[in-house]
Amino acid sequence: MIALPAPKPDVLGRRQEILAGLRALVPGDGVISEALRLRPYETDGLSAYRQPPLAVVLPTSTAQVAAVLRFCHENGVRVVPRGAGTSLSGGALPLADAVVIGMMRMNRILDVSLADRLAVVEAGVTNLGITKAVEADGFFYAPDPSSQLACMIGGNVMMNSGGAHCLKYGVTANNLLGVKFVTIEGEVIDIGGTHLDAAGYDWLGIITGSEGQLGIVTEVTVRILRAAEGQRAMLAAFGGIEVAGAAVDAIMASGVIPVALEFMDKPCIHACEAFAHAGYPLDAEAMLIIEVEGSLEEQDALLSKIRDICARFDPISTRVATSAEESLAIWKGRKGAFGAVGRISPDYLCMDGTIPTGELPHVLRRIGELSEAYELGVANVFHAGDGNLHPLIMFDANDPESFHKAEAFGADILKLCVEVGGCLTGEHGVGVEKRDLMGVQFTRPELAQQRRIKSAFDPEWLLNPAKVFPLEDNPALGPILAATE
Amino acid sequence: MSAVLEVPDMAPGTEEGIATALRNAAAPLVIEGNGSKRGMLRPVQAARTLSTRNLTGITLQRPQEMVISARAGTTLPEIEAALAAHGQMLVAEPPDLRAMMGVAEAPPPTIGGLVAANLSGPRRITGFALRDTVLGIRFVNGEGEVLRSGGRVHKNVTGLDLCKLLAGSHGTLGVITEVTLKVGPLPERTATLVVPVADEVAGVAALSAGLTSPYGVTGAAMLPAGMSAGGIEGPAALLRLEDVEASVTYRTERLRAALPGSRVVEEVASRRLWSAIRDVAPLHSQAGEAVWRVSVRPSAAPGVAAALRGAFEARLLLDWGGGLIWVAGPASEETHAAVMDAARDAGGVFTLFRAPEPLRAVLPAMPAEVPALAALSARVKAALDPAGRLNPGRMRPGL
Repeated sequence: MIALPAPKPDVLGRRQEILAGLRALVPGDGVISEALRLRPYETDGLSAYRQPPLAVVLPTSTAQVAAVLRFCHENGVRVVPRGAGTSLSGGALPLADAVVIGMMRMNRILDVSLADRLAVVEAGVTNLGITKAVEADGFFYAPDPSSQLACMIGGNVMMNSGGAHCLKYGVTANNLLGVKFVTIEGEVIDIGGTHLDAAGYDWLGIITGSEGQLGIVTEVTVRILRAAEGQRAMLAAFGGIEVAGAAVDAIMASGVIPVALEFMDKPCIHACEAFAHAGYPLDAEAMLIIEVEGSLEEQDALLSKIRDICARFDPISTRVATSAEESLAIWKGRKGAFGAVGRISPDYLCMDGTIPTGELPHVLRRIGELSEAYELGVANVFHAGDGNLHPLIMFDANDPESFHKAEAFGADILKLCVEVGGCLTGEHGVGVEKRDLMGVQFTRPELAQQRRIKSAFDPEWLLNPAKVFPLEDNPALGPILAATE
Repeated sequence: MSAVLEVPDMAPGTEEGIATALRNAAAPLVIEGNGSKRGMLRPVQAARTLSTRNLTGITLQRPQEMVISARAGTTLPEIEAALAAHGQMLVAEPPDLRAMMGVAEAPPPTIGGLVAANLSGPRRITGFALRDTVLGIRFVNGEGEVLRSGGRVHKNVTGLDLCKLLAGSHGTLGVITEVTLKVGPLPERTATLVVPVADEVAGVAALSAGLTSPYGVTGAAMLPAGMSAGGIEGPAALLRLEDVEASVTYRTERLRAALPGSRVVEEVASRRLWSAIRDVAPLHSQAGEAVWRVSVRPSAAPGVAAALRGAFEARLLLDWGGGLIWVAGPASEETHAAVMDAARDAGGVFTLFRAPEPLRAVLPAMPAEVPALAALSARVKAALDPAGRLNPGRMRPGL
């Protein structure tokens, strides 16, 4: 159950009029209103919550986005921005009285400059689509969320998406130069540009990761990077999570920063091995995947250094890939981890807290204890170098009690993350999922300050309302309803 | 009009002291650390100063977690020394601009002041401005409320990112009291390829060749003709490599093969060279002169250089592959207009770093915002500092 603002009766009552207004702005088949065709938009990657919207609009230009926002603003209509709908936190969950603005038709690559190491793309271009456009020249776009085949750059900006390789290359915020930003009033503003570090307030910084609370991004200028000569992965398996955690600390303190450093616990290793047949060690309690970059000789030197570090922690086994193919096989299990867990459990909730890496053993032990107390399985896979956990809580969505237990278990994990000095979400966003936990991490004055900044952009709270900020004490949202699941 | 020092400065030693000072403030305040960048941007319209210089000390250092936290008044050299003791460094390489600002004898810059100005050095091109390395922040808003954003972990998207909003806001949105920064390992070895070039066109092409190579260049600057730094005479393009020993040796050789005629400067000499570039020492800016920073797409740099030299006797230093152009020259409304035009024509932006105070009081310190953005600036300022107590007029008139 998640509480949502009550639909505005006047908006529901004027539905036909609003649809006609939208159709005048976005001609052709760009406005969807039939119940059956609204179905695909009623949820996102957090499929436990569903709510069909009033309508869906699929604009093809910034001008159309601006016109739709101006129209919604003038008519007091709530707006929910949507990219590919891969949000794991319910960031694109509609409201019954909201217009979903889907960005998938704005999918053109507008400019690529290798000399300036940048690409200008529309918001509906997929994350991988950017790399595909420049990889023939040896370049890539660095942030690589697991959903990169589907997720769109506009959504990446709004959620400040990360990925396995941000240990070296940073998250979305660190790889942007500019955006075309449309305010709720329909004003189109160029933020940043083709240069680094614009003067003035850091609009790019506050917009990135704002989860659709401040405006809609229609174009994005990203930094593209020349790829290293090559990359290769190794596996290190350990007999306990403590020693594996200590090995992570030792690698990070050694002065070598791997491009990726991933951690899997026993349940996850088993699920992934059954799915990918990657040769993962089934007797291990914990396993690391470590990737380095450079020429073959550089890879050898770095991997041997890392293997020596791992050797100090009594590993069950280490395996250095001898070829690019072997590297891919090692990654195949990790990249398929969510799907692999989906094969052994009817449903799972994916958590996303971050902790100081020194707290890894303690936190994993506590998660194990909570798993027993809630009688729900959990598989842990995460970006160990930066402490970003992804516990996958297994449950059965057909059993309401199982779902409620899974939610409570997840909330306990996130509270634990905050308690040890971490945070609620490292890369998936707050959305609706973690909204009601914000008070665990922030004080009331801190939340009030964030809301005032939201109000500076969107005084009437029409943009993606009911997300990020707890609903209470917010007159802008009107009466609150407990919605169905 | 600068701070008139008839009333004593306030420099509390605690965060609560800062908050109390703001809650009790009857008039606007100059907000600063050690004041090393007091001559930057516009003069603040306030009579009394609230300084963070006595909020000092490193509060958390976890080398294996790659983080350091320090109170805002902790100086850059203190933080660099504490990190170096564990083989680490600040990723964004923030500069010490005292000599460039004409206050070489002033106390060193504080970490709070550097974050408030979002100043980054040559390593910015690897992807991390100082603002990108701010993992967490504690600050006091204009109403005297103590607030936090971010934390001490490397990945955090919980709520709006006020760390970035505060970074680069020059004390106009809040008084930063403590920061937590991402740090990185000190490189095992550093080397610089010095590529003789005829002019900016060839220089930026050489920098681009380095930055589009797979060798992980961490510095890409150019000394124009007549400039020198660390014993290197311009015109020369400079490409830095920092990594483990074997990688630096290998990559230097590969880059040298790609850029004929180049030579290599290693270790101490290389570090001295980049520290001079970081601190903008080669410009030798003088009292009565102005210094601007122009940000453009790198390929536009040669055109900007030509336009500026055509307009006045401009001395230039290029960094960030050509994307950052430091400009020094006579301070006047005419030279300022020429810099504004050159930046705008190249699709970039300018920031006025140094000029005599009367001029700074009347000239825009950065490009004007379009009306919709200016309205947002005013509303965001009001959301954090409704009474307008913090550094009024520092960035723009009325803000």
